[in-house]
Amino acid sequence: MSVTLNDYLILSTLIFMIGMYGALRRKNLLMLFFSTEIMLNAVNIGMAAISKFHGDLTGQMFAFFIIAIAASEVAIGLGLLVLWFKRNNNINLDSLQSMKG
Amino acid sequence: MFEVVAFYLFAFLTIAMFTVTVITKNALYALSSLAAGMIFISAFFFLLGAEFLGAVQIVVYTGAVMALYAFGMMFFDSINDVQESVANPRLTFMLTGIVALLVVAIFVAPIIGANATAHYPIHEAYGNTQDIGLVLFTKYLVPFEVAAVMLLVAMIGGIILAGKKMDISITQLSEHEIDNHKTDTEIEKDIK
Repeated sequence: MSVTLNDYLILSTLIFMIGMYGALRRKNLLMLFFSTEIMLNAVNIGMAAISKFHGDLTGQMFAFFIIAIAASEVAIGLGLLVLWFKRNNNINLDSLQSMKG
Repeated sequence: MFEVVAFYLFAFLTIAMFTVTVITKNALYALSSLAAGMIFISAFFFLLGAEFLGAVQIVVYTGAVMALYAFGMMFFDSINDVQESVANPRLTFMLTGIVALLVVAIFVAPIIGANATAHYPIHEAYGNTQDIGLVLFTKYLVPFEVAAVMLLVAMIGGIILAGKKMDISITQLSEHEIDNHKTDTEIEKDIK
């Protein structure tokens, strides 16, 4: 009995679903950022697993670039969130309705 | 045997931590459990023989990203919890159902890359870090540089967005003007 590629991919899917649930269900904008991080990490696990079981380094390379993108996403996103909180004094998703007709 | 036990232990811990992150009402609990989940995820990278990726995961996520969230949370009133209500539950159910169907379709779909050959095969003799360095600085040099520029742009953007008093250039003011310049708290006192 050993751990196969399927086990890793199922784990990756489960973690991705947790992140997806958070992104769909939560109304706190900070929680949406956390859910995004969870989803990106789930994909990273899948990439690293395929890299191992396929004997190819490309998966790990993609995981690196995903980490870089996640870091810059956090920097910009938190900057926008701080700006929004300064203007509106809350971080509720429903307050983002200035373009509602 | 050790690998199997480690895999299931860390799988359980990771899923538990991320479930706490998604469900909890307290933003501080969510932050802490997210950090714990990130560290547990790095265990999978070590199990998969990607030691460098595991180290990067710990350094970047629990070192940089979590510190950034912790500092960012000081700007927010995290005690004041956000009202969690779904205005249209039918839409949420429909979206979740579509996503579930998509996942099933992805799992059932025939795997086209079953007989694909490895472009950059893993060299057992080199070790993971050396191997990654070799591929990253030869085949992926241009994306690496582009990622560096992207991180620089993100850093400048974050400073501009969250920074205070960015509309006043201190380098253009004389020392006398800087001393006379009122801070936010002084203006608030004047208003009172």
